[in-house]
This record gives sequence, C-alpha cells and structure tokens, in this order.
Amino acid sequence: MRTLLKRLVAGLAVLYGAASLAFLSLHLIPGDPVAILLGPATTASPEVRRQISAELGFDRPLLTQYLGHLGRLASGDLGSSYQLQRPVGWLIADQLGPTVQLAVAAIVVALALALISAITTAGRHPAARALASAWELTAVSLPSYWLGVLLLTAFSFHLRLFPIIGGDGPAALVLPAVTLALPIAGVLAQVLREGLESALAQPFALTARARGLSQTAVRLRHALRHAAGSLATLAGWLVGTLLGGAVLVETVFGRPGLGALTLQAVQNRDMPVVMGVVLVSALTFVVISALVDLLYLAIDPRLRGAVVA
Amino acid sequence: MIEVEGLTVAFGRVQVVRDVSFTVAPGECLAVVGESGSGKSVTARALVGLAGPRAHVTARRLAFDGQDLTGLAERDWRAVRGRRIGLILQDALTSLDPLRTVGAEIAESLRTHRVVPRAETGARVRSLLTDVGVPEPERRARQHPHELSGGLRQRALIASVLAAGPRLLVADEPTTALDVTVQAQILELLGALKERGAGLLLISHDLAVVARLADRVAVMKEGAVVEQDTTAQVLSNPQHAYTKSLIAAVPMEPVAIRVSVQATESPATESSATESSAAEGPATASLFAGSPSAASLFVGSPFALQAENVSKRFRAPDGSLRHAVDGVSFHVRMGETLGIVGESGSGKTTAARIALGLIEPDQGRVLLSGRPWSGIPERDRRARRRTIQAVHQDPLSSFDPRYTVERVVAEAAALSGVRGRDRTRRVTELLDQVGLPATVLRRHPRELSGGQRQRVAIARALAPGPDVLVCDEPVSALDVSIQAQILDLLAALRRDLNVAMIFISHDLGVIRQVSDRVAVMKDARVVETGPVGEVFTAPAEPYTKALLAAVPSFPGYTPGHPEKRSATRAALDSASPSAALRSGRS
Repeated sequence: MRTLLKRLVAGLAVLYGAASLAFLSLHLIPGDPVAILLGPATTASPEVRRQISAELGFDRPLLTQYLGHLGRLASGDLGSSYQLQRPVGWLIADQLGPTVQLAVAAIVVALALALISAITTAGRHPAARALASAWELTAVSLPSYWLGVLLLTAFSFHLRLFPIIGGDGPAALVLPAVTLALPIAGVLAQVLREGLESALAQPFALTARARGLSQTAVRLRHALRHAAGSLATLAGWLVGTLLGGAVLVETVFGRPGLGALTLQAVQNRDMPVVMGVVLVSALTFVVISALVDLLYLAIDPRLRGAVVA
Repeated sequence: MIEVEGLTVAFGRVQVVRDVSFTVAPGECLAVVGESGSGKSVTARALVGLAGPRAHVTARRLAFDGQDLTGLAERDWRAVRGRRIGLILQDALTSLDPLRTVGAEIAESLRTHRVVPRAETGARVRSLLTDVGVPEPERRARQHPHELSGGLRQRALIASVLAAGPRLLVADEPTTALDVTVQAQILELLGALKERGAGLLLISHDLAVVARLADRVAVMKEGAVVEQDTTAQVLSNPQHAYTKSLIAAVPMEPVAIRVSVQATESPATESSATESSAAEGPATASLFAGSPSAASLFVGSPFALQAENVSKRFRAPDGSLRHAVDGVSFHVRMGETLGIVGESGSGKTTAARIALGLIEPDQGRVLLSGRPWSGIPERDRRARRRTIQAVHQDPLSSFDPRYTVERVVAEAAALSGVRGRDRTRRVTELLDQVGLPATVLRRHPRELSGGQRQRVAIARALAPGPDVLVCDEPVSALDVSIQAQILDLLAALRRDLNVAMIFISHDLGVIRQVSDRVAVMKDARVVETGPVGEVFTAPAEPYTKALLAAVPSFPGYTPGHPEKRSATRAALDSASPSAALRSGRS
C-alpha cells in the first residue's frame, strides 16, 4: 500500500516536471512567442499581434501563465492547437490508435526475433554466437529511415508484397513494424543472451540437467524467466525508442500517428500540441514503469518480501 | 553399481582428471576428498555426462549396473540422469531454481521421467517431501527456496533428486553451506538413504563430514587419486604425504583431542601459557593458547573494545520488529582474541558491525579504547576509525576491481598519514608482513588465489595501525590447508603487533584454535561466554553442548558407533529448535 502511494507520488512528480519543462522551454526561448508562432514571413500588423497575444494570454505575468497552464492540465485540458484550431486532447486521441498499433506490432516482432536469436545461440558454439552478435549489432546501428526506404524498395516496389504508402489493415503494418523492430530486436537479443548465459551458469541449471532435462528444456523452463528480468529493465528505454522511432517510421511510410502529428506540430511551432505529446509520452513512461515493477514481482518471488519459514 | 576405470577429463590440453578409478556398491558410501581444483567436482559431473560442452571425457570403463556409459548419446544420457544417477549440489538456494516453487522442481523430475501419472504428481511430491523429513509438505511444496530454512531447502533439493528413484546418489559438497546442527541432520538423512540401499558418492573437502558418512575414501590431488582405502585406514593411518598434510591442516578438534601430526613440534618456542595447557593434550599445542590460565594473562591488559548490553532491532519484512542482537555484552583486551561463534542468523555479524561502529545500537553502549564509540556523531568517529579495522569472508568483493594490490593497501596506509615515497615502502613492508612477495604489487586482486587475496585484505586492515581487528568468517571460503596458513598468519600478527582481535566464525574448530575467550551466540543473545578451554571442554549451556555434539567428529572415528550418534541426536532434540523439524524416519 505504502509502495503504491510512493509510486503515485513519484509518477505525479514526473508528470509535473514534464509539464513545467515544456512550459519553460516554450517561454524561455528568446524572442516574442507570437513572432515565433507566426513565423518569419508574416506581415501581421502590431494590432493583430497584440490581439493574438491577448487571446493566448502572453500579455499576463509569467507566473500567472504558468499557474494557469498547470491548472488547465490538472483539469485534463491540454489546450487547443494554434494551427488546427482543435483541442489537443482530441488530436492526440485520434492519432494514438495507429501509433499504439505500430508500437505493439514492433514489440512483438522485436521480442520474437530476439528470443529466437538468443535462445538458439546462448552458451553454444562460439561461431554461432559471433554470427548472431554480428547481425544484432548491425540491426542496432541501422538508421531506421534508411532501413525503411530499403524495405519499401525491396518488398513494395519490386516484390509488390505490401502497399507502398499509407493504407489500412495488417498488410500496411508489416513493413513499418519491422523497420521499427529491427534495431530494438538487436538490443533485446544481446541483453537476453547475456541473461540466459548467466542463468545457465548457475548451479540450478546443472541440477535441472542432472534431473534429465534437455538443454532446450532448461533454457525454456528455467533460464528464460531469469533472463526476462533483465529485459524488463529496458522498458523505459523501449518506450523512448518506440516514440522516437515512430516519428521517423511514420514519416517514411506516410502513416498517420503520434509521430507524424509531432513532426507537423514542431514544424509549425504548434506549441500546445508539442506540449501535449510530451505529456502523453511522460504519462506512458510512468504507467509502463509501474507495470514493469509489477512484472518484476511476478517474475521474481524473492522480491515479494522474504518470509522465512 | 558404478564402475569407473581410467577416467580422464581434459579441457583442451589441460587434464583436470587423470586416470581415476573407483567403484561404488549399493548401500556403500565412497568419499572423494580434495581441495578446490583437485578435479573432484569434475569427476562427479562426468558420471552424469555433464562435465561441460568443452570437456573431453575418456575412460577405459564407465558402467552403471553393467550398462556402458562411455560414448552414450545425449538422448540416452537423459534417461540415466535423474532416473539412475542423481546429483545433489551444495546449496539449495542456488541449486534449486530460485524463481520456482520447490514443489515445481520436484514435479519436474517426476514429469521428465514419467514416474507417475500426471494427476498423481501433487500427491507424490508431498510424499517425497515427507520422506526426506519436511513437515507440512502441502505448504512447503508451494514455497520458494528462499522462503525455507537452509536445512529444509536442502531436504527439498534431495527430494527433487530422489523423485525419479536413482540408485546412485552423487552428492557434491551437500552440507558445505549449512550450519553445523543442520549439517548433522542432513548427514543423518544421507546416512539413512545409504542404509536403504542407495549407493553414495560423496564429494567433500571436509574430512570430518567424510569420517561421519563414508565407508571408503579416495583422496584426489591435481586430478589424480593419490590414496584410496577404508575411511578408518585413511584417516587414522594416512599413507600419502598429501593426505597427511590435509589431516594436519584440519582446525583443532573442538572437543576430542587432536591426533596432531605436529604434536612433536617443539613446545619450547611457545609461551608458558601453552605448557600450562599441555595437560589437555597436544591439541592445544598450537600458536594460540586456549586455556583458562592463558586467558587470565590478559587481565592486566587494557580494554580495547567493550560492548555493554547492546541491542539492535530491525524491521522484518512483515513489519514486526525483530532483535538482531539483544542485550549482548562482550569485551576484548589488547593482545587478546575473542571468538564469537554461532549459527547463521544468531546475530554474530550484527555484533561485529556494532563493534565497527557501522550500526548504532538502539540500547547499550560501546567503548573503544575506553572512550565512547557509540552514541557519538560520525564526524567524531571518523578520525578514530583507523584504530578498528575489518577482515571479511570474501575479500574480492571488498576490493575495488580496478585497483591494483598496491593501491588497495596504499589507500589504507594513507589513513595513518603515510605519504609519498614512504607509502610504497610501507606497502611493501605490509605485504612482507603478511607473507606476500613484492611482485604482487602491480597485480589486481582477481588475479590472485583465495589465500593471497585474504592476505591482501589483512595487509589492508593492518595498514592504518589498528588496535582492534574484527575478522568476520575470514577463513570460511578457503581450503583447509590455506585456512591453516591464514590462521597461523593471524596468530603471528597478533603476537607481534599486540592487537586485539574479534574473530567471528561458525566453525567451532577454528574458533577453538584462535580464541582466548569465546562468546556463544544464539537467537540474538550471548548464551555462554568464558575462556575457550572451559567453554569447549565443560560447556554449561545445553545449546553449547548441542553445538559441540553436532560437529562431525574426526578423527575419533569408529565405524558404526551408534551410541555416539544417538547421543548427538538426544542433545539436538533437547536443545535445537530446528531439531523439531527433523526427519522422524532416519
């Protein structure tokens, strides 16, 4: 109960920090926010500028603006987009679906690839390990825009297996998901192999073999659960990579989604939208961290509080 | 039952097991003894075809019940492992999968060999646990290894090995991680299995354990068997020089008189204190004087450290407060050694940490050199910290892995204000004092052997010129011959430097050998204290008696000595709470 409360407070602190930083970065960048908003090519008269400024509250003291900003956020109001003139909450809600689809698909693909690569090579012949390691490192270092274009050229233009751009349904998801998944799979596989090998080196693995279990059975029934713990630690990194990766992948494949929305907002200096995306990302991060802590408890009974018999 | 002839195991060009031959018959126990690196564990693993993927195993004959095991395919090995030959490893905390319940582990053995129909698995798991003397099997089967006491989880491990009914048990150091009273119970369980007709191959470094259980002994050194005979013959009349040195290195027998190989060494080099204790036999003719009169020698010596009625409580995971030490008093004078002995969880280490000023006691006070050491701000303590130093069980983890030996020791030497060029000289001097050559200066601790590392740890502890040395299980991780060397070193240093020493150990033999006075701890309290000779020869408390009785006797070994064993049991039943949990079946 107490740990739950602690988590909640910590989560709120992260959100507050994200909201404040977003606010500060908007107001501390040098220059008039209205000028930034309108862009360099504007011909708006000083009256129009004043009017915009008053409308958006830029004429009030910074502290008042800040408190107002926090107050609105607390009541769930993310503000309105300057460009699209729609509430930011709606915009994000519209775009969240495709991005979540993409992210989940990418995680599934990445996990599958990592599991296959790690389980088949952990603690086996050095040559097999080296080969697996090599592909993983390559996958990690591939820039996703380049990989995306490569996959598009091969599978969509030449083989015509998948739609080239946009589109709905599972077929349209395959290439973006693989593009996003490959670098992640590389990292996951390395961590997973490390975890498996350290589990297999422990005495219980020998006990299990001596019980008559096959090598594969020891890996699947015993070592994998130990390795899963080290994977869970990567969850935070994973959220960041998926969100960051989504921006590039959605652009390359012309998919709707949070990434595309963010890119557009940044290009148009649509600050409420940028802030909204930042907050949603922070919220995702907080929720995932909490889930990972629960996952740890599920994986490792030793963390559930020792009750010595 | 198992016949091994000319077994050789090589890793690349290195032969770790060389031409080893032995047999084990049903109902018989063969012990393989040797120090770490002697190849005994690899031998055990080779018997179940698990010497490792890079091991090259050859044998003129390797057969179980007439079935040839040489060149067996992996698939066929799996039918042998668990079903015909079972392997019991050291500590169930790591030898059972910590993430799974013990019930699941036992069930896995049953399923792998399809011993019983799936529906009956649960019932069989419970009956197996009952068989090895685990009470409340229903509840225990659902618990994880870390939720069980050391003895119970070792029993659970044995149950998981027995599940598929192997007739040969290979036990690799099965009691090494256990407290002495628990060790006695596990040995009894293994003895009972043997009497029921199981063949037992016991791998151990502990000659006392071997004496208790084995019918025959094979002594291994550098991969080869150097001596093999009946247990009585090997222990009382060793032929090979290595066997003799192993026996000589065993710490002093806590109760019985040691038939010491060094008994003839000139007692003239010792103080009169030793001679006065010579009436007790050659056992006490060591560098340490363990008699009442010896302890009284220190009466005039000033107090180095006094702990008066100290208590410390910690919050248990369930939220209740639990005493780690409860109204404990002890003291040590300059030049004296106080031994603190007790089983795991008795509060020894907490007492040590309070002495070191790392834990502030809730009640009571600690005086260092007669001045308050507890209840003062850390700022005031820091300047005096150099006067009390610690040596831990595992030195490697107490060294910064990036530091060289020189830097490890120099850092500590700097505390006493040694600077610049003097520092290197001082480090070399310290290393020389602990018997290390100057060539180790530039090396990293991980490149050294266990004994050398412990010497570095001692040099580091001595570097600031302390008055008090707190040693927490300093030799528990070492082979007996190395252990003997480290104990000798500590004895010499204490004599030369006149430091006070608090020596914590679970090993009664070691405590007896190094201490002038001893404090016996149990459940956070000191139950008995006094000169080591008195406490060990005429213990007043039932717990101390039980502790002493539980130590496997060696070499007072007599084959089939039922009176002795039942006396041990009676003492345990009356004194040890864990005795109530013991098997009723043995």
